[in-house]
Amino acid sequence: MTELQDVTLTVNGRRYTLAVEPRRLLVDVLRDDLGLVGTHIGCEHGVCGTCTVLVDGASIRSCTTLAVQADGRTVRTVEGLGDGAGLHPLQEEFWDKQGLQCGYCTPGMLMRALEILEQDPDPTPERVREGIASNLCRCTGYQYIVEAVMAAAPRMRLAAPATQPTTGAQA
Amino acid sequence: MTAVERPAPPPVRTHKEDRRWVGKSIRKVEDPKFLRGRGGYVADLVRPGTLHAAVLRSPMPHARILSIETAAAEAAPGVHLVVTGAQAAELTGPLPDFGPDPTKHTWRCLAVDKVRYVGEGVAVVVADDRYLAEDALQLIEVEYDPLPPVTDPEAALRPGAALLHEALESNCAYDRQFTFGDVARDFAEADVVVRDRLRWHRSGGQPLETVGAIADFDPATEKLTVHTNSLSFTSYMFMAAGALGIPMNKFDVHQVPAGGSFGSKLFVTKPTVIAGMCSRILGRPVVYLEDRVDNMSNCDHHGSDRVYDVELAVMRDGTLRSITIDTIDDYGAYIQFGVGHHGNALAQVTGPYTIGSVQYRVRAALTNKNQQGAYRGFGSEVNNWMLEQVVDKAARELGMDAAEIRRRNFIPPEAFPYFIPSGNVYDSGDYATVLEKALELGEYDRWRAEQARLREEGRYIGIGLISAQERSVFSATEFWFWFDEPNAPVTSSPESVTLGVDATGTITATLYSCAFWGNSPETMVAQLVAEEFDCDPHSVSIIYHGLSGGLPATGPGGSRTTVMLAGAVEGASAKIKAKARRAAAHLMEVDPEDLEWAEGGFQVRGVPDQRKGLDEIAAMLHMFKHSFPEDLESGLEESKVYDHPYTTMPAPDRSDLGVFYPFMGNACHVPVVEVDVATGEVRILAYAAVHDCGTLVNPRSLAGHIVGGTAQGIGTALYEEFVYDDEGQLVTSSFLDYSIPTAMEVPELRIGHVETPSPYTPHGIKGGGEGGRMMAPAALNAAVNDALAPLGVRVTELPMTPDRLRAAIREAGAAPGRG
Ligand code: FES
Ligand code: FES
Repeated sequence: MTELQDVTLTVNGRRYTLAVEPRRLLVDVLRDDLGLVGTHIGCEHGVCGTCTVLVDGASIRSCTTLAVQADGRTVRTVEGLGDGAGLHPLQEEFWDKQGLQCGYCTPGMLMRALEILEQDPDPTPERVREGIASNLCRCTGYQYIVEAVMAAAPRMRLAAPATQPTTGAQA
Repeated sequence: MTAVERPAPPPVRTHKEDRRWVGKSIRKVEDPKFLRGRGGYVADLVRPGTLHAAVLRSPMPHARILSIETAAAEAAPGVHLVVTGAQAAELTGPLPDFGPDPTKHTWRCLAVDKVRYVGEGVAVVVADDRYLAEDALQLIEVEYDPLPPVTDPEAALRPGAALLHEALESNCAYDRQFTFGDVARDFAEADVVVRDRLRWHRSGGQPLETVGAIADFDPATEKLTVHTNSLSFTSYMFMAAGALGIPMNKFDVHQVPAGGSFGSKLFVTKPTVIAGMCSRILGRPVVYLEDRVDNMSNCDHHGSDRVYDVELAVMRDGTLRSITIDTIDDYGAYIQFGVGHHGNALAQVTGPYTIGSVQYRVRAALTNKNQQGAYRGFGSEVNNWMLEQVVDKAARELGMDAAEIRRRNFIPPEAFPYFIPSGNVYDSGDYATVLEKALELGEYDRWRAEQARLREEGRYIGIGLISAQERSVFSATEFWFWFDEPNAPVTSSPESVTLGVDATGTITATLYSCAFWGNSPETMVAQLVAEEFDCDPHSVSIIYHGLSGGLPATGPGGSRTTVMLAGAVEGASAKIKAKARRAAAHLMEVDPEDLEWAEGGFQVRGVPDQRKGLDEIAAMLHMFKHSFPEDLESGLEESKVYDHPYTTMPAPDRSDLGVFYPFMGNACHVPVVEVDVATGEVRILAYAAVHDCGTLVNPRSLAGHIVGGTAQGIGTALYEEFVYDDEGQLVTSSFLDYSIPTAMEVPELRIGHVETPSPYTPHGIKGGGEGGRMMAPAALNAAVNDALAPLGVRVTELPMTPDRLRAAIREAGAAPGRG
């Protein structure tokens, strides 16, 4: 057994110190050690972007990042997106525009979209499309994801508080 | 030809006109948990203490296993168990196989004495975690004796080819020809015979989530409990129980949401059998979750891989008379679904056209590749592509416009129900309207002008136009009509729903098969229930019943779910309303016949203030049973097992296959592409798609499936291929080389809907989940051919990779003007 190494991570505002094998992947630490199973695994080759999380504000593939590489850093995952009960405007617009089907790519896609909008709060649809090309979605064909991100942008600019959406028909 | 006797179709329904919820693009009821990252996929359910299985894959395409040395792996840290293929064969039976002669091509969860493709499992290791299991895999030593790899389907069928399964004495797993109608006469009378040779290479669903199973065997009760993302865990799970040798009443399976399937999570009994076998040995929970390479090389769900020789008999005025289709399909190393994919194609073999006779021959070749399974379209999308290619070729040879030749041959709206030569029925349709709408939405005329202008500038713009079918709601005949024995009766492939109204009046629907897989069965059921009971669909609660104690249910496939669930909801609702009507009549002391359903309750006809809401009725029925007559039982819960509404027997001589896929959708796709003739790159400039799949339940959801399916079709047409080289190595075994379209390869689609309700289904719904991929490969091939027509190039092979396009262009350059 290789020696364990101490790692300190701040995940969604909470500090964790863990002893991990140097080879242990960040995604496995998030999912298995911290129970944050919202970050999914699609390919483990760094291609699909399913495992995208933000480390110090920048998106990374947590399947090709070792936990030890994230030592001392701040990690944001989908679990930190809403405020508990309520949904973040991005989540709400993904819901409204049907920017998800199976939902498997969605957490990674949301985190990537958040990064795009944090970098460019008023993007063109082309810029959003180009931006999310980092992440594969096998279900939606991306169109409604682009629409969702575009719809979330003005709401995030206004820093609208995440409100609990009403249910019911959205004709 | 003698006319075939056909049972009468079911009675034509009158559909409710003022629908309130069916037809609304409500937010999907499933989404909130997925948006929060709380989907509860199979990998999310692994509890601490669960052991992890990893499978050692064969690096050899074809070889005898001489020995397997596992001692070092067994001694490795954290390892609990190593099972080789030979040991597994002692512990489990063969995996389910609907192919002909299954005993002559036995398929098992791990290879026994011979490996037949790169990626086939030869041993499994169970350890404390996945890291340790994978470490131990490296310590297993397998000695192989290589055999010649068989990779080309045509070569596989030639005498002298190395044999995949010696017991079969051939690599041809099946060879059959059907003839429907007077093909010889139609060809003799034809003015022109158009011939084509076409090649469709294999791709696959490749959802972002792989397949997995968590098995937990309890030695005390001898009961095996499995959580899996298989979509076929009810009606078909007897197959897994059979392979494990576990009595069905000791085998419980719980469905969990699937992170996409596109066909590739149908059946998938192998992971359940592997995990179940290991858990039974160890008496502890074991998870087997494929990694991406497992899924690409060993998922048993590669798509169709066909060579076609086609002949189309045509009259000079463009009338299509007859078609003969001769196809070799490369099934890979095993043939779990038989040639059901071709049965599927026979449901709509003549497309939207009045082609009068058909000859169809299929030969199933076995090669050293992972076997075929299901991929969105199940073989019908390939038939669509083949037919549209040859119709386009006919138009070219006759000098007709692509739209004109189609218009001339469409089955007219007044001809429905229309029996095609194979015997399947098309319930309804309006193909010309769909076509005209697509031409308009796709700005066909403007693009034609633009194309002419840009050609002057030396740019190669192409406009594709295809009209094709999307059959929906299988009855499963397609899997067995190939065989004369056993001559099974028609299968009904049922689906069930239980509806319960609790004492407060809120409604819970119980589903028995459909684990969510992106196709929103919960939203569909919620909208259908809301339509019946005038409630908010978001107030309907949906729960899933596992295998044990569940009602009959088939699960998704062949775009059947929404229609079948609608039938079950309708039936259960009718029972609830019948009971509620009696109860309300008793409470109001009126005749039940004097009551009408309105606004969520029963009221005296024409007297709206004399009424009982469903909540009041339910409260009384739950709590005050003695207020009612003897035969009204407590509670308000009813179930409906809905059987396939329209299916008939094939003729004994198979000159007619009966009705087996009756609810027929149709679509027209109009993509515009530009081909860079220097690089072979194809860019999509515009894309319009008009679909008719009957009454829409949630139009935005359906549109989403059209876009998503089209994106997959773009992959099939241009990028995606499981490439096995001549040595039998799978050279595309990761997403690095198997290129799934990103947002940059998928254009913004313009989507239109036409709604021709089915006369035979609730609300007139037809299935529509596969649509985009049914059409896009054909449409893009047509567009590329249109672009390259000035060069005399016609591409007949998918995917149209830059390499293939460049080769075709170069070849044409060497011999200009060749067609
Ligand atoms: S799972 Fe990390 S990029 Fe695919
Ligand atoms: S929603 Fe299924 S992969 Fe994106």
